[in-house]
Amino acid sequence: MKTMVAVLTVLTVIIAFWYAACLPMNIKGVLTQAERAGAEVVPVGAKERRDLGAIGLVLGNQFAIAATWSQDRPRLPAPHQVAVELWKTTGAMVLKGKPMSKRSLIFHGWVTLSATLLGFAMGTGLGILLAVGIVHSKVMDMSVMPWAIVSQTIPIIALAPMIIVVLYSVGVQGILPKAIISAYLSFFPVVVGMVKGLRSPDAMQLDLLRTYNASANQGFWALRLPASMPYLFTSLKIGIAASLVGAIVGELPTGAVAGLGARLLGGSYYGQTVQIWSALFAAAILAACLVALLGVIERVVLKRMGMSA
Amino acid sequence: MTTETTTQAVIEARNLDLVFQTNDGPVQALRDVNLTINKGDFVSFIGPSGCGKTTFLRVMAALEQPTGGEITVNGMSPDEARRQRAYGYVFQASGLYPWRNIARNITLPLEIMGYSKAEQKKRLNEVLELVELSGFEGKYPWQLSGGMQQRASIARALAFEADILLMDEPFGALDEIVRDHLNEQLLKLWARTNKTIAFVTHSIPEAVYLSTRIVVMSPRPGRITDVIESPLPKERPLDIRDSPEFIEIAHRVREGLRAGHGDDV
Ligand SMILES: Nc1ncnc2c1ncn2[C@@H]1O[C@H](COP(=O)(O)OP(=O)(O)OP(=O)(O)O)[C@@H](O)[C@H]1O
Ligand SMILES: [Mg+2]
Repeated sequence: MKTMVAVLTVLTVIIAFWYAACLPMNIKGVLTQAERAGAEVVPVGAKERRDLGAIGLVLGNQFAIAATWSQDRPRLPAPHQVAVELWKTTGAMVLKGKPMSKRSLIFHGWVTLSATLLGFAMGTGLGILLAVGIVHSKVMDMSVMPWAIVSQTIPIIALAPMIIVVLYSVGVQGILPKAIISAYLSFFPVVVGMVKGLRSPDAMQLDLLRTYNASANQGFWALRLPASMPYLFTSLKIGIAASLVGAIVGELPTGAVAGLGARLLGGSYYGQTVQIWSALFAAAILAACLVALLGVIERVVLKRMGMSA
Repeated sequence: MTTETTTQAVIEARNLDLVFQTNDGPVQALRDVNLTINKGDFVSFIGPSGCGKTTFLRVMAALEQPTGGEITVNGMSPDEARRQRAYGYVFQASGLYPWRNIARNITLPLEIMGYSKAEQKKRLNEVLELVELSGFEGKYPWQLSGGMQQRASIARALAFEADILLMDEPFGALDEIVRDHLNEQLLKLWARTNKTIAFVTHSIPEAVYLSTRIVVMSPRPGRITDVIESPLPKERPLDIRDSPEFIEIAHRVREGLRAGHGDDV
C-alpha cells in the first residue's frame, strides 16, 4: 500500500512536470498560430517574440495555455496526446481488426521484438559460451576478456551502419543484421555476470569437490553452473534491455520502413513529434515487459532450485 | 616403533615441513611434524589459532603440498589416497548447496563417484539414520538449524565409505548444548563404523571427551608439542567429563597449551 502511494506520487509529479514543460516548449508555436487566426497576442509579431523568454510569453498570454497541450505538431507533446496516439495505434487497431496494419505500433513493435529476441538469444548463447571458456581457461581469460571490454567502448551508433553495410555486401539482410547488433550489445552483460557467477563458489566448496576427486566437468555441472544462476538472471535483465536498444539502433541507418526505430526515424523526418514520443514509449513499455517477464522466470526458476530463501 | 603399529598405521607423517610463501615473507605453518595415526584412532588436534591444525589436515587431504618431509595415507601419497577417495572431509562451515535438498546434498559425492541410483538411496538412508536426520531429506538447507546442517555435512562425508574422516572444527560455530549432543552422536557413530578420525578443535573438553589421542600444537612455527594418550574407555557417557581421569587429562592438555604459548599471550 505504502509503496503504491509512493509510486503514484512519483508518477504524478513526473506527469505534472511534463505538462508544465509543455508550456514554455510550445508557447511560441501556439502564439504564431493564434496570431494568424486573428487572436490578440502580446507582443505582436513572431519576430518580436523570438528573443523573448518563453516563460514570460506564457505569463503574458495565459489564454494560450490550453492550446500548448493540444497542438498538432508540438515541440513537446503533452502526456495525453502521447497516450491517445498510443491507443490509436495499438488498442484501437485491434478493435478495428487490423492489428498488423502498417500504422499499427503492434506491427512495428513485433518487427523490433522479433529482432530483439533473436539477438538476445544469440547474445546470451555467445555470452555464456565465452564465460565458460574464460572461467576454464586462463588463456581465454587473458585473450578474450579485454576484447569483450573494448567491444563495448565503441559507440554502437557508429558501428551499426558498418555492420549492416558489411552484411549487406555478403547478401545478409532482413532481421539478421538487426539481431546481430542486438547480440553485440547483449552478450557483454551476460559474459560479465556469468564469469562472476561461475567464479562465485568459494575455495571451500571447490576444495570439497577436490576431496571427491571430481573432474572439472563435474564441478561445472554440480557447482559452478547452479551457483551462477542468480548472476545470470541479473545479467539477462540488463541484456534484454540492451538487445532492444540494439534492434532499434539497427533500424535507424537502413531507413527501415518497419519497426519502432523506423517509426522514430519517420516521425523525425516529418516533424511528427507525437509519433516519435509514442514510439519511444512503446519501446520503453516493451523493455519493461521483457524485464518483468525475465523477473517472473527468475523467481520461478530460483524457487524451483530452492534458492529463493 | 614396533612393526605391529606400523602395519596398522593409516596416516604417517615424518619430519613434515610446510612453508607458505606470502607477500610478507615465508610463513612456517608446520615444522618437523611427526605423527602416526592408527586404524580406528580418534585423534584430536588442539592449539592456538595459527598453529597449523588446518594446514596439517589439509596436507593429509592433499589440499596442500608439504615443502619437506614425508606423509603417507593408507600407505600411499595423500594425492593417491584422494584419488582413491580414502577420506571424507568435513569443513567448519557445512557448505551445503542451497539449491539441493538434504538428500541430494548428501548424495552429491555419490553422484560424482558414479554410484547407481539404488546404491545412492541405500547409503542415503543409512547415513541419514547415523546422523539422526531421517525425515529431513526433502528439506532445503535454509530450512534446517545450524546443527542439523552440520550433521548433514557429516552425513555427506560418510556417504561414500571412506575409512578416514578428517574434521576441521566441525562444531566450532554451534552452541554448547548442540555441540554436546553432536559430540555424543559422533562418538557413537565412530564406535559403530570403526573409522579413523582426525578432528581439529579449540575446545579442551571436546578434545578430551572425543579422543583416544590428543595432539597439542603450538604456533610460530607450527609444531607438535605434546601427544596425550587417553586412558578413558571407549564407552563414554557425557558425565564422564566429571570424572577425575577426565579432569586430569584436561589439565594436562591445558598445561601443554600454556607451555606452547610461551610468553606470547
Ligand atoms: N594458503 C595460505 N597462504 C599463506 N599462509 C597461510 C595459508 N594457509 C594458512 N596460512 C598460514 O599458516 C599458518 C597456519 O594456519 P592454519 O590455518 O593451519 O592455522 P589453524 O591452526 O588452523 O588456525 P585456526 O585455529 O585459526 O583455524 C597461519 O599463520 C596462517 O596464516
Ligand atoms: Mg583452522
